[in-house]
Amino acid sequence: MSETITTPDLFAKFDDIISMREQLLASGVEDPFSLVMEKVLSPTRAICNGRDTILLGTYNYMGMTFDPDIIAAGQQALADFGSGTTGSRVLNGTYQGHKECEDALREFYDMDHAMVFSTGYQANLGIISTIAGKGDYVVLDIDSHASIWDGCAMGNAEIVPFKHNDVAAMEKRLKRIPEGAGKLVVLEGVYSMLGDIAPLAEMVKIAKDNGAMVLVDEAHSMGFIGEHGRGVVEDAGVMDDVDFIIGTFSKSVGTVGGFCVSNHPKFEIMRLVCRPYVFTASLPPSVVATAATSIRKLMQAGEKRAHLWDNSKRLHGGLTDLGFDLGTDKPQSAIVAVIMPDLQRGAAMWEALLSEGLYVNLARPPATPANMTLLRCSLCAEHTAEEVETILGIFERAGKATKII
Amino acid sequence: MDRASIDSKIRTIIEPFNKKGVAIEEGTTFAGDLEFDSLTVMDFVAAIEDEFDIIISMNQQAEIETYGQLVDAVAKSQG
Repeated sequence: MSETITTPDLFAKFDDIISMREQLLASGVEDPFSLVMEKVLSPTRAICNGRDTILLGTYNYMGMTFDPDIIAAGQQALADFGSGTTGSRVLNGTYQGHKECEDALREFYDMDHAMVFSTGYQANLGIISTIAGKGDYVVLDIDSHASIWDGCAMGNAEIVPFKHNDVAAMEKRLKRIPEGAGKLVVLEGVYSMLGDIAPLAEMVKIAKDNGAMVLVDEAHSMGFIGEHGRGVVEDAGVMDDVDFIIGTFSKSVGTVGGFCVSNHPKFEIMRLVCRPYVFTASLPPSVVATAATSIRKLMQAGEKRAHLWDNSKRLHGGLTDLGFDLGTDKPQSAIVAVIMPDLQRGAAMWEALLSEGLYVNLARPPATPANMTLLRCSLCAEHTAEEVETILGIFERAGKATKII
Repeated sequence: MDRASIDSKIRTIIEPFNKKGVAIEEGTTFAGDLEFDSLTVMDFVAAIEDEFDIIISMNQQAEIETYGQLVDAVAKSQG
């Protein structure tokens, strides 16, 4: 008989995070990462862990999830085309609805090409890893979303991050790239942790002046920022200089899925070479039908956009007046991030809010910049002005109870 | 620039990041001995890049674990 060989437990690498979680729960707070919504009443209300709760952390910016036209379109497609496609977009998974959804995107952005992915994560993963290859350089903001980082990790390009929103740091790195190398600059319109926007007018110009292609992730601005809701690129007046816009259906559009739009003349080849597009099943017919209907309604959503801005400004101003420390000095998007002193007190505040009937996102390291603990609030166009006042009242009581203010 | 002068420049740059005053040797590791977290790494790499006007991509950073390896990598980039 041979001696037993001790091999390491592959889960040992998670011990730190397991103990961090145990410590947090041992302090008696409700688990912030296993909330269940038993009933969803509207884009802004749900029964969470048995309580009637105002939702202030859903990314459902434009409140499209219960729109009767959208639900009807989904039900019709479910009845007519079935529950799923059971196939890749390049084989048996492209239905009429997928084409109509891509048509809606082309119209929404006024761009030549649109490619729908099964999730927003896959859109970044696929496009970045496919277009930036060996010997090319990807220059990206250090606070980029995980899907952007994973797209970088999956490809073979040289990855060069720069300090968050630092125009000079980006320019210096672009200028140091060896002559002849391909360059892709990856930016986001709105950074979701603090809700701040990128100085795209300056950054896109510098990127183009240095011969780079530019990809902007507009996940958190679609439908809301810019005259037509095309995002920060539109607001900054640089639509024509951006080569690729990445977006998602899981925020303003109100369902799930991701996309890339582009005017690049060779863009359609992506459908054959982009592995996260090819090697996965396409979205169910009901999902693309709801997405297409929602995107078309977002084109006409000027009033909703204006109301959402009012909500964002009121919440930002109200929280500032109450003495909370926020991620941005001025409201820049539909995200208002409240900075907590540490994870322990952040979790206590999160729980105090929830027990008063308010749900926000608790964001903690390593997902946050500078290891901050944040209570991230994302507003909805369907929050009424009165609801925003109720939210401020809850923040005041919870903030005082937990001695944050 | 020869290796010795690169070494002395990097020693100066590292000082404000070396909060615990760890003695820097060729084999000193950034993650282990100096306890650099990802944010410190970013600021430190940016300082080195700006000083020598070079790029140290994340792919290259993954290969650099010790102080000596960093000096070698910078020396190599200086031709």
